[in-house]
Amino acid sequence: MAQQSKTSKWNQIRHAKLFMPIVCLLIVLLLNVIQTPDFFKISMNNGVLYGYLVDIINRGSELVILAVGMTLVTAVSGGQDISVGAVMAVAAAICCQILSGGAVSTNTLAAPIIVAALAGILAAGLCGAFNGFLVAKLNIQPMVATLILFTAGRGIAQLVTKGQITYVRVGSYKVLGGYIGSCPIPTPVFVAILTVIVMQLILKKTALGLYLESVGINGSASRLVGLNSTMLKIIAYIICGLLAGLAGIVASSRIYSADANNIGLNLEMDAILAVALGGNNLGGGKFNLMGSIIGAYTIQALTTSLYAMSVSADQLPVYKAIVVIAIVVLQSPVFQSRISKVTQRKAVGNAA
Amino acid sequence: MEREIVLSMSGIDKTFPGVKALSNVDFKLRKGEIHALMGENGAGKSTLIKVLTGVYELESGEIHMDGFDGPIVNHNPKEAQAHGISTVYQEVNLCPNLTVAENLFIGREPRKAGFIDWKKIRSNATSVLRNLDIDVDPDKQLAECSIAIQQMIAIARAVDQECKVLILDEPTSSLDDDEVEKLFDLMRRLRKDGVGIIFVTHFLEQVYAVCDRITVLRNGELVGEYETEKLPRLDLVAKMMGKDFNDLADIKSEHEVVIDDKTPVVIDAKGVGHKGTIRPFDIAIRKGEVIGLTGLLGSGRSELVRAIYGADKADEGELYVNGEKVKINKPLDAMKHGMAYLPEDRKKDGIIADLSVKENIIIALQAQRGMFHLMSKKEMEEAANKYIKLLQIKTASMDTPIKSLSGGNQQKVIIARWLLTNPDYLILDEPTRGIDVGTKTEIQKLVLDLADEGKAVTFISSEIEEMLRTCSRMAVLRDGKKVGELTGSQLNQADIMKTIAGGEAAKEEITIDEEVAENGAAV
Repeated sequence: MAQQSKTSKWNQIRHAKLFMPIVCLLIVLLLNVIQTPDFFKISMNNGVLYGYLVDIINRGSELVILAVGMTLVTAVSGGQDISVGAVMAVAAAICCQILSGGAVSTNTLAAPIIVAALAGILAAGLCGAFNGFLVAKLNIQPMVATLILFTAGRGIAQLVTKGQITYVRVGSYKVLGGYIGSCPIPTPVFVAILTVIVMQLILKKTALGLYLESVGINGSASRLVGLNSTMLKIIAYIICGLLAGLAGIVASSRIYSADANNIGLNLEMDAILAVALGGNNLGGGKFNLMGSIIGAYTIQALTTSLYAMSVSADQLPVYKAIVVIAIVVLQSPVFQSRISKVTQRKAVGNAA
Repeated sequence: MEREIVLSMSGIDKTFPGVKALSNVDFKLRKGEIHALMGENGAGKSTLIKVLTGVYELESGEIHMDGFDGPIVNHNPKEAQAHGISTVYQEVNLCPNLTVAENLFIGREPRKAGFIDWKKIRSNATSVLRNLDIDVDPDKQLAECSIAIQQMIAIARAVDQECKVLILDEPTSSLDDDEVEKLFDLMRRLRKDGVGIIFVTHFLEQVYAVCDRITVLRNGELVGEYETEKLPRLDLVAKMMGKDFNDLADIKSEHEVVIDDKTPVVIDAKGVGHKGTIRPFDIAIRKGEVIGLTGLLGSGRSELVRAIYGADKADEGELYVNGEKVKINKPLDAMKHGMAYLPEDRKKDGIIADLSVKENIIIALQAQRGMFHLMSKKEMEEAANKYIKLLQIKTASMDTPIKSLSGGNQQKVIIARWLLTNPDYLILDEPTRGIDVGTKTEIQKLVLDLADEGKAVTFISSEIEEMLRTCSRMAVLRDGKKVGELTGSQLNQADIMKTIAGGEAAKEEITIDEEVAENGAAV
């Protein structure tokens, strides 16, 4: 009897939505115990926290912010926004250019940081609106529609910075990507957590989540029950754009400059992967925001782990790909049903 | 003498999470027999078929096939085929862009030196088609053939592969009468050849036209096996529903609401039209009135209501709701003016498949309230519980995805969705299509109850009998145009048919010769 209730509880856990994403994250972390024994060590250096774990949570912040927006876009449109990396660069370029007052490098601020940052984020929101317009109004496939800004975005950023890397060498601009005063925890962590909390609140307090899912599952039925699919899609793309802008400002603050070629490079693929690793269907419909966030940290954990194992940056993608394939297979429905069959058979065998 | 049994299933069980879909069901099929499998939606017909063909795993019980020692187990439809069991589904599973001959032999092409022997395919196809008396050119592209011919080709393909048991799952639902008759000829021919046919259908007449035996399921249990001749229709319906069933004919008599010129008009359309789908029409619908729309498929029945509801935005005319002129640009506008619309195609336009029953029920009300006024969890659950109980929706829980419910129960959820918004005007487009007799009657009764409550209802159905039972007035459509209205004594099959069939004269005749029509009805 006790045995039975134990297995049923185990099954309950095993079928929980977040089970597989969490298991994958743990696997990636545990790999390090063998390879890098001091992986989990956290120490204080110069008044701030140091360690690989801190690094994962810190460096993963932009990815988490992107994954939040990508989840919404995926749910409602059944496609992904591949322009987010480039949009990050646009936001960073505009922000830095305003701060430097048009100069290549500056030691004094030409405008308040908040104004410049908001301008950058707003521009990113406009990019999102443009994507949303193409997807929702003109019915272009998301991948194709966002391909436009994927290629043009960095060009726009270069135009803004006049082809140069704009440096803002002012201490206050480094806060967002660094530390607030004597706080030992990096600021990006707070930005990411705040983003997640705000989004969770929106999803809990408004019907946005239900609307997005409904449109993503069956657009024509949703229209007939009074939902405005076009508007909802555009809203999702705008949110995705705004968040990409925020991520762009954070990334730019880390290096106190706007490097149009490298900010957010290839990050859109990681964001899409985070959504998939979180157990979300890339074809749209029901979504799980926390899954995507765990997925984002999993990817960052993987990158950091590989660096810790002193894999060079050039070879990194190969190892990353292998682990990603393993994780995706682990989560696939086919593999899952195999596993449950095996465990069932074992249970029957034990009973006999 | 008992004919040879070709297939016997015994003690079949099947459980889905929270639902016992089949419990201890037996089924026997004899050689050269057409055997109807009957039951309401959710009775377990499709589950039984799917267990037999290996789509679902066999949980317990045994399947025996003639010619195989011991019980057989099918893990997938291919294995079932190897055991001589073929299935033809409602939706034809062939390749529309290939020719008839290619479709017949795809996946098992005769070969010559490793290459496909096209000559042989053509000659084999010709002989297969000739044997079954299917009149079609083997080189014709499948997409160009009528649905009926496509279905017959699917059958020909099935029986050409050493088939002992042929399963026809609702093959007639998209066929017209002539086509059905042709299909029956084919079935009779196969019966003569000794094939055992399992025929799943909702149409009672067809069962009596062609079947030798009937097996009835109810709630996943076997009710019994009967010879068709010895089971009168009413008894069959009673067995399917599990209760004495004599109120099918006259549910209307208890509902007599008086509608006259003084009854307030809820919906008044003047010259409303939508280019390309429905020509400008006038229609007035009063409080407590059930108005039926009838006409052939594609005559503009659905298009008329879609123009009123704003599903297709009307591009001309004026619409008055409760005497007030309104502008409907999109469905939400219509909803805000108290309209509700149950669409014709439940799967495509009705259910939101992955969402739960609860979410499917509250979605319209939630959409009406707006994004920033999320219903509380308690309110949602109360609403879902209320309508699950009221409409007797069979579901494991309110959090079950709607896609795992049977068709009839899905339809009830959609009805619940609209009742929750408490509309003044309810449009029901084919609410009973593909739904079992029991639920059909429930829905018809519900329509009359709603009218009694003072709601205006528009009811669309392909079954004239059903409309006669529920509607107090009918509008007839033909070729995208409203061609007439019938009330009172004109509401009989003959007059309706005459108006549908057309000729401008028919309309004149009916309005003028009302007395004649009345006499006709009396006779």
